[in-house]
Amino acid sequence: MCNTCGCNITPGNEELIRPGGKLATTESGNEAVTVLHNLLHENDHMASHNREHFDAHNVLAINLMSSPGAGKTSLLEATIQQLDPDLRIAVIEGDLETENDAERIRKHGVKAIQIATGSACHLDAHMIHDALHNLDLSEYDVLFIENVGNLVCPASFDLGQHQNVALLSVPEGDDKPAKYPVMFRTADLVMISKTDLLPYLDDFNPERTRRYLQEIASTAPIIELSSKNGEGMSDWTAWIGQQVAERKRHLEAHPALSAHAHHTHDHEHEHEHQHIHSHAHSHHR
Amino acid sequence: MHELAICQSLIDQVEAIAHERQAVTVVSITIGLGALSGVEPQLLKHAYPVASADSIAKDAELLIDELPTRIRCTSCSTESDVPPNKLVCPECGEWRTTLISGDELLLMSVELQTAEPAVAQRDY
Repeated sequence: MCNTCGCNITPGNEELIRPGGKLATTESGNEAVTVLHNLLHENDHMASHNREHFDAHNVLAINLMSSPGAGKTSLLEATIQQLDPDLRIAVIEGDLETENDAERIRKHGVKAIQIATGSACHLDAHMIHDALHNLDLSEYDVLFIENVGNLVCPASFDLGQHQNVALLSVPEGDDKPAKYPVMFRTADLVMISKTDLLPYLDDFNPERTRRYLQEIASTAPIIELSSKNGEGMSDWTAWIGQQVAERKRHLEAHPALSAHAHHTHDHEHEHEHQHIHSHAHSHHR
Repeated sequence: MHELAICQSLIDQVEAIAHERQAVTVVSITIGLGALSGVEPQLLKHAYPVASADSIAKDAELLIDELPTRIRCTSCSTESDVPPNKLVCPECGEWRTTLISGDELLLMSVELQTAEPAVAQRDY
């Protein structure tokens, strides 16, 4: 959503801001300022900035989200083994504590940056931006961002990724999309993981997951996958290859995107740092 | 508890507006929330006193407008209010629908007390 063309005004809120609506006036003579800014305006601004970085270097950024223990790191390990070796991979890991996941990735010879969020339940665009300072994007084609295991909060924060992937593991139950519609609605691809457990957990019905996803109007493709026995891995790596190719085509068709990002990078960067600085300053007052 | 992070971002925006308008105090803040924004109104209200302490908005009333989840059917074009996890057209059963309201997470307006005589309405 932007704040210039009026697309923030939806059928849900237009009656409030129409002249005479309850936001247009104030009884006590105070000044009423109509704002209509997204509450995450600053995060979204930083996310666009991150996306410019990715586009400038032809890097496809994929945000992996799921509950804790759905198999995101195992999926990444299997992906490293099986993805087209011409695609150079880097990983950003988000957890509350420990370097464990990053270490698992590094064992495969892949660059991994661990973000320890402390008590924060999600990654935000600023954390990703800081992590990018330790990553030379020109050396990579695909960046996986493994978000904090959590089916609620990460859905609200744009990181600058091109694609969102939501994992739903078989032990979690097939009705997760109905319980967590916000998360599953953001997914560009839904993955049913740990399918090697289907014979033991026969109350999980992938068809039901499909139906619940339709009920939240999701058009995302669904891949059933086990990083353990390899089922579905070729569908997943093919999907990544397809996204990389589409991204390249998109950037070739709009050369201004990557050229523009190159051109404005330094300026934007300076602006951001000043911005952050002045904010820190105002907090200290 | 990302509501606290969101609340802090809200206070930052409100402070900037209050500063620009040279407000003495912030009387109220109105935000618009859809159920598909992923933000719980009640948690936001609980986070507000923590996030606003020491800010110009610490005494402001936080007003939350909970906005309906509304879809338009791509098949029969009907617009309907629906539950947030059932975005299916209640008229014809089509699941390919477009969300037209329900994921808002908006700072809608701020009511300020300024030292100067109040201005009725200005667009920000």
